[in-house]
Amino acid sequence: MEERLETAEAEEIYSRLTARKALFILAALGGLVALILAAASLGSAKVGMGEVAGAIGERLFHLDLVSDKVETIVWDIRLPRIVLGMLAGAGLAISGTAMQGIMRNPLVSPYTIGIASAAAFGASVAIVLGAGLIGGEKYIVIINAFIFALLDAALVYGLARIRGMGSETLILAGIALMYLFSAGTSVLQYIATEEELHAVVHWLFGSLTGARWENVLVVLIVLAACLPPLMRHSWDLNAMLAGDETAAALGVNVERVRTLILIFSTLPVATIICFTGIIGFVGLVAPHITRMLIGADHRFLLPSSPILGALFLLGADTLGRTAFQPAVIPVGVVVSFIGVPFFLYLILRERREYFR
Amino acid sequence: MKLKVRGVQFSYRSEPVLKDVCLEVGEGEIVSLVGPNGSGKTTLLKCIGRILKPTKGVILLNGNELGKVSSKELARILGYVPQSSPGSFPLTVFETVLLGRKPYIRWKLSRRDKEIVHNTLRLMELDKLALRMFGELSGGERQKVLIARALAQEPEVLLLDEPTSNLDLRHQIEVLQLIADIVREKRLSAIMAIHDLNLASMFSDKIIMLKEGRIYATGRGEEVLNPENIWEVYGVRVTISYDSGRPHIIPLNTKREYEGNPAVGKGK
Repeated sequence: MEERLETAEAEEIYSRLTARKALFILAALGGLVALILAAASLGSAKVGMGEVAGAIGERLFHLDLVSDKVETIVWDIRLPRIVLGMLAGAGLAISGTAMQGIMRNPLVSPYTIGIASAAAFGASVAIVLGAGLIGGEKYIVIINAFIFALLDAALVYGLARIRGMGSETLILAGIALMYLFSAGTSVLQYIATEEELHAVVHWLFGSLTGARWENVLVVLIVLAACLPPLMRHSWDLNAMLAGDETAAALGVNVERVRTLILIFSTLPVATIICFTGIIGFVGLVAPHITRMLIGADHRFLLPSSPILGALFLLGADTLGRTAFQPAVIPVGVVVSFIGVPFFLYLILRERREYFR
Repeated sequence: MKLKVRGVQFSYRSEPVLKDVCLEVGEGEIVSLVGPNGSGKTTLLKCIGRILKPTKGVILLNGNELGKVSSKELARILGYVPQSSPGSFPLTVFETVLLGRKPYIRWKLSRRDKEIVHNTLRLMELDKLALRMFGELSGGERQKVLIARALAQEPEVLLLDEPTSNLDLRHQIEVLQLIADIVREKRLSAIMAIHDLNLASMFSDKIIMLKEGRIYATGRGEEVLNPENIWEVYGVRVTISYDSGRPHIIPLNTKREYEGNPAVGKGK
């Protein structure tokens, strides 16, 4: 009898621990669906929420519900941008979550290891010098950015490998390379013509202007491929929060897990920024806010933070697109302008100490 | 069940830190490692726990070589309690102790995992803190949580790295008493690195005194803790009182003071 009582008690404590987290995921998903509908109806041409739902249903189920004009606006103009924004937010958030986890450092973002400045350098080389490693005129910026991002990740990985993949080495090597690539980009900006400079700066802002279904598809495939391996290591990530030595004592192969997670969180980021430019802050903040809300258990954190990241980025882009019509503010700028005060507020309000 | 360490050596770069260390720990026994900073206590613990790989020597449990066991299996045999643990990410006490079940979990938790965590928390009198954040606890509570995590691994051997270093007097005694009770009750073998010689003499069945990576003396408290050994290993003159029935060390002065002023030590 006593035994059974204890089992029930253990189950009850555990379900109290998890119920809130599951509820949070459901609520965030609901919010995201609502935001998608709202975002697709907002813009220079008036489209009602019902029409948006109709247009989506029409394509998906081959019905005839709304006019062709509405269908074109929703499917060819707004949705690619909305979906790319969501995927970008989700990808940056999950990658930030995983990287903060393996480095046991809440100040880390997907860009800490220098991917963003490397991609910026690659893009600038393409824009200013017109030189690309491979690919035709049209894709040269995208491909250059992607290749340089991967090159940076490989360099950081190689350097850290020498010192047994310690988190400090990863961060320091990343920061060093970040400065190197930034210096390179500055040189290119200095020698660029007015027009090229404008293009470089626009790229650095990060925007969703160039969203097309092809891009969306590429990002979606990469994300879908990288999410399961990251999720699979949730328990390892949890153990690594207790320190490398404790994780090792709990049976985790720390070096191997850190390497795998680094690879699977770098790939989505490289893919996303080569299409959107550098959208900062989401990758730092979304993991943070999610952690404040539901705690650091990666089994829940890894699936939750991308939902929050998607909400955040989509919300910011919708605002940037509609607030000062017809002018469009690049999403990277909006993200920082809204995100920074909000984040500071959260840090100041939060009782718990995160940075120690 | 018996843990045997045979001829273990370890070097950081080419600097030898442990030289030919041999020891044995029986069932229900606590063995304390004492010695000055840098004498190799923590390194020895980490070599036994395979957090570091010894350059030479073997570690045997019931005659089986632990070096050949998979890391997951090893985590079911050895529980490691670190000196402290970072609390920078918000995990509850329950979740922290749950990590001790990591070597048994594939993905989903079994009912048994939850039960063991729950029972361990009760055993350590932490059940009221189950849903509190680990980072918000006091030093003594944190240390208990770390011990609970190691116990949740259901290990046969417990490795403790200075479990009392951050604790006040009451918590030092409380935590060590708890460890001693559990080790005896569950018939574990415990090896504990500890600085406080008096606590070591109170709570261990055997004391191993390390000097510069070698075992200098080994035996029961009253055999190892004498003024000669402490003078040789620590360079401190002490007198020892047996008022409590156990050796109690009272430091007098250090080697440097003694050599600088020979008059200081003459009282004895």
